[in-house]
Amino acid sequence: MSDLILSPNLTDADDFYADLLAAHEGLEQADSDALNARLVLVLANHIGDNAILKQALDAAALKQE
Amino acid sequence: MRCARCTRTGRETVNKIFEVPLYAYEASPDQSTPAPVRHKVIVVGAGPVGLAAAIDLAQQGVEVLVLDDNDKVSFGSRAICFAKRPLEILDRLGCGQPMVDKGVLWNKGKVFFDERQVYEFDLQPDSGDQRPAFINLQQYYFEQFLVDRVRELQAQGAPIEIRGRNKVEAVGTHPDHVKLEVETPEGSYTIEADWVIACDGAGSPMRAMMGKDFVGRVFEDNFLIADVIMEADFPSERWFWFDPPFNKGQSALLHKQPDGVWRIDLQLGWDIDKEREKRPENVIPRLKAMLGDDVQFELEWVSIYTFQCRRMEQFRHGRVIFAGDSAHQVSPFGARGANSGVQDTDNLCWKLKLVIDGKAPETLLDSYDVERIHGADENILNSTRSTDFITPKSAMSRVFRDAVLDLSEHYDFARPLVNSGRLSVPCTYDGSPLNSADALNGPAETRPGAPCPDAPLGDEFLLPKLAGEFTLLTIDADAPDEIEEDGITVKRLALSVKDDPTLTLKRRYLGDATGAVYLIRPDQHVAARRDTYEENAFRHAVRRATGKE
Repeated sequence: MSDLILSPNLTDADDFYADLLAAHEGLEQADSDALNARLVLVLANHIGDNAILKQALDAAALKQE
Repeated sequence: MRCARCTRTGRETVNKIFEVPLYAYEASPDQSTPAPVRHKVIVVGAGPVGLAAAIDLAQQGVEVLVLDDNDKVSFGSRAICFAKRPLEILDRLGCGQPMVDKGVLWNKGKVFFDERQVYEFDLQPDSGDQRPAFINLQQYYFEQFLVDRVRELQAQGAPIEIRGRNKVEAVGTHPDHVKLEVETPEGSYTIEADWVIACDGAGSPMRAMMGKDFVGRVFEDNFLIADVIMEADFPSERWFWFDPPFNKGQSALLHKQPDGVWRIDLQLGWDIDKEREKRPENVIPRLKAMLGDDVQFELEWVSIYTFQCRRMEQFRHGRVIFAGDSAHQVSPFGARGANSGVQDTDNLCWKLKLVIDGKAPETLLDSYDVERIHGADENILNSTRSTDFITPKSAMSRVFRDAVLDLSEHYDFARPLVNSGRLSVPCTYDGSPLNSADALNGPAETRPGAPCPDAPLGDEFLLPKLAGEFTLLTIDADAPDEIEEDGITVKRLALSVKDDPTLTLKRRYLGDATGAVYLIRPDQHVAARRDTYEENAFRHAVRRATGKE
């Protein structure tokens, strides 16, 4: 089983973060929530592996190993 | 049958088949004997599950009496969607063909969200099966065909009887028999049975009288079911709406039944006045909003239902065995109610026959609990997940649900996440004590515990050749024509991959193997398989499959 990457892995962290904020720029809260939900689903599909996704859910919930 | 799940209501229409007594009350000699008459098996409830159980037993020569508190088939259409596996079982019970002939075949479905269609799907019938993935057929026809089959068996002298308006009022359980107090229009009488199968529906009076648990989750929602008769050019497809303009914030379903009857399901939410919502003056405007003002329709049956997902902790209680909705209840999404009930009887009846004949220990019946509780849990899991998708329980679950639907319009990847009901497929009894270890490097779909998939054999099909007895299926492998192990006769069915030019048989039963020997149970589930015949291994497998190991 492969592990969720929790060390720095983004090619350009600042660029990604700026893109993420830009995507939400000017949206109402409900639209922002919907965008985030769609983003989670798109990324989850890209990852595909439930074992990794479960680790990601735990990491996002700030559960300690 | 009285409808236990649904509240009975509706506009009375004349001459519907569900209004004509099909097994009218007649006095039985049992009512006037000094001592209670003992029957081999009594089935309580003449719904789809009770009738299937009775037919199965009678076909095997087991004397069986069906008691029902009513004298008619199901009131209104109720269960309408029958899946491939139950149809295969009905073939074994001698009444699959009239069901398929009468039923509406469908493979396509459309999913709508708000005002737009987000995608459509095709349950491409997996070629190689005699029976379609599904047919739609009103429950009253389903029951009528079963009653027809009972009458046919009676004409052939089979030991089967249905008594209408015979209501069980009390149950007494004993180590070797069950005593029932039965009320009729002419007073009550006492009757006994070696075995009782309780198929008396979700509200099971048998379960209540025996004080047995029924735990699970109640879903706080109401659904309006309307069967309408209309001349409409909607295709034979399943249409499902999430949050449609004509039923904002809720869901809707449109499904075609035989005779120009359409099933419409409208989610109403929890906080409603049921009596008010059922009135035609309130139902008709809802339907007009859905169908359009210009569509002419007539209401055949209206009901409001709520549902639960729950099951009994055990299905077998000594000599009383529960099957169908009395043992487990699921949400209607996925057509898992009647379909799983028929599979219960398929699992139970051959075991009961062997126990009655003294060819297997009574403990074989405990495997019914293990296997069908496994099936019930799978159905409850699937239908609970469907319900959670259709009726989001929190603001965030609605956000994700809507995100899935929005994505599904644009990207294929999101479509498997859309859950408007995971349609009933048979359960594989993984881990069953009746299975022998897999000794073939073969396809997973035919591993021990799996229901045998069908395969074409020229003009015929495989499954009808595996009907009701233990079978040694050999594919390009040697084996004796017959073996007998401790009273169980196993006959060989010798096939070759050459018998099926479509190679479905090879794909489903051999995979990369060059030959295989399968031990198939009377209910067409795989008990054991190996690449070659080894006598000791298969004798052991027969003993194991009959609860002797």
